[in-house]
Amino acid sequence: MPSNNSVSAAPITQFINCRILRDHRLQREDLWVRDGRILDPEKLFFDELGYADEKVDCENSIIAPGFIDIQINGGYGIDFSKPSDDVDAGVSFVAKKILEHGVTSFCPTLVTSPPEVYHKVLPQITVRDGGAHGAGVLGFHLEGPFISAEKKGAHPEQFLRTFQPGGFQDLMETYGSLDGVAMVTLAPELSGSHAVVRELCQRGIKVSLGHSVADLSQAEEAVQHGASCITHLFNAMQPFHHRDPGIVGLLTSDKIAAGRTVFYGMIADGIHTNPAALRIAHRAHPSGLVLVTDAITAMGLPPGRHTLGQQVIEIQGLHAYVAGTKTLSGSIATMDMCVRHFRLASGCKVEEALEAASLHPAQALGISHRKGRLDYGLDADLVMLDDSLNIKATYISGQEVWRKGA
Amino acid sequence: MKLIILNDYDEASEWAAKYIRNKILLFKPGPNKYLTLGLPTGSTPLGCYKKLIEYYKNGEISFQYVKTFNMDEYVGLPRDHPESYHSFMWNNFFKHIDIRAENTHILDGNAADLQAECEAFEEKITAAGGIELFVGGIGPDGHIAFNEPGSSLVSRTRVKTLARDTIMANARFFDGDLAKVPTMALTVGVGTVMDAKEVMIIITGAHKAFALYKAIEEGVNHMWTVSAFQQHPRTVFVCDEDATLELRVKTVKYFKGMMHVHNKLVEPPPSEAKS
Repeated sequence: MPSNNSVSAAPITQFINCRILRDHRLQREDLWVRDGRILDPEKLFFDELGYADEKVDCENSIIAPGFIDIQINGGYGIDFSKPSDDVDAGVSFVAKKILEHGVTSFCPTLVTSPPEVYHKVLPQITVRDGGAHGAGVLGFHLEGPFISAEKKGAHPEQFLRTFQPGGFQDLMETYGSLDGVAMVTLAPELSGSHAVVRELCQRGIKVSLGHSVADLSQAEEAVQHGASCITHLFNAMQPFHHRDPGIVGLLTSDKIAAGRTVFYGMIADGIHTNPAALRIAHRAHPSGLVLVTDAITAMGLPPGRHTLGQQVIEIQGLHAYVAGTKTLSGSIATMDMCVRHFRLASGCKVEEALEAASLHPAQALGISHRKGRLDYGLDADLVMLDDSLNIKATYISGQEVWRKGA
Repeated sequence: MKLIILNDYDEASEWAAKYIRNKILLFKPGPNKYLTLGLPTGSTPLGCYKKLIEYYKNGEISFQYVKTFNMDEYVGLPRDHPESYHSFMWNNFFKHIDIRAENTHILDGNAADLQAECEAFEEKITAAGGIELFVGGIGPDGHIAFNEPGSSLVSRTRVKTLARDTIMANARFFDGDLAKVPTMALTVGVGTVMDAKEVMIIITGAHKAFALYKAIEEGVNHMWTVSAFQQHPRTVFVCDEDATLELRVKTVKYFKGMMHVHNKLVEPPPSEAKS
């Protein structure tokens, strides 16, 4: 049936027999897509006298916005922090594979590395839309090197840096360029951080606090200067203390300006965070919870030894340690596993679990006007799931880019 | 008139929907022969629309060759406002069935020239060959569409100012803010509906009982505009028990006694009649 419309000749797809996540609840509504965007069918009907060219029967599946992973270090043998001559091939390989986990956009993450690595790797990747070739790249997440030595976790100590003496200038020299950078994780207690935070925010880069020994007032000051996120809550920061909650205290701080939300990454793989701690955070500040995988090179690979940045790690079951230690070096759970685990551990509603992987990361990155919701005009990046939140199919810009069993 | 009395809202909705279903099936609409329906909005017809959607989904009927003309629309309300009658028809009916947009007609309350819009609407009805069946409801004040008490019984489609009672009753849909409620509407006239070949009025609930009494047991009176249909050759009133509470026992008994005859009208037609 040919398109019948005066505004665009692009074909119109109507997803029927589905439950869509819209306005924070699952609703029995059809989802209409045209030109890679969610279409308003009422406008189509009355303004254009239009109708669908193609109907996709979703067999009662759930349709949610595609998942957005803002912290992923690699996977399937690829390490984003490894300086090669063809970083693009690695990023693209992972981008294609994570479609299977429902991820439609992501921030390739680089751990603490020497300047040469940043200078080599960063220019090779540009922000780009996803498609059949793989999930979209939203920009780099630079986790380090401006972090605390005491909370370095799996990051190599020899490449940690401070903002002395040159502040933002030092940062620019370290990274080389900030083109294509979406987020920077840093420790706000480092002297000179305030000006750096302000400068990054002015450039539209989100500042996330992590790998830090900051106390609550230092964290609150950083937020006042523009920081808006926390990197993997609980991990690599001062533990919650009732007289100084540290960065964790930002979840319920009363020093956050009205209208601003502090988002916090949460690795819900069942290992990095005890379910009780996950519940405490979720109950304290549900709207800020952002599911991240923090997935490392070994995600998707069999047990054994693999490289992450400048270090070697070891896989044992679902655990990944810095080789020879019991320090967790990152997660190998996939995003859809995290969504399912989060729902189970927190007892939250399906809608909340899905929003933690879609709406909240989009809000954290400041792109919720384009992604993370199934509202009219937004990008039609979708994930089709069954009631147990297993991924059945993934769509980018309205095109099916992965289907289970295909 | 035929007065159809069912036990409750759901039964009345189903009877009305079956009547419309049969109308479509027996008419056998096609590309050169469209069935034109007049349609209402409001809470009364919701059950009927749900049933019609069910019959469409079952494959019993298609709206492919059905044209519709709605009774009214607010003036000055954005078309995509959740309380506009465009939104009502889209959400409660059109989006669930296979009707084509170009076959639906709803007055445009944002037209630059409202009078011209009304006249054009009348012309569209004429061009479509007139309305085969006009479905409507009744207000507690006995009005049909927005033909408030005092409207001419031979009126045509025009702009009407809403009565204060109507505005206050509607405030609940506009966050309780009287300032947000539209004060004017475009509406088909009593005469426009009288021109239809057949008229079906759905009346349910005790709060409509007095209006029904005035409409069918008293005289034709422009203060109770639905009474005009006493002078229409084919009118069906579909009610529930509660709506008959103000009628004479004799009236109710007479028509209840006829239900076995009237129920034949909603039996599924013989299968050769299916389109």
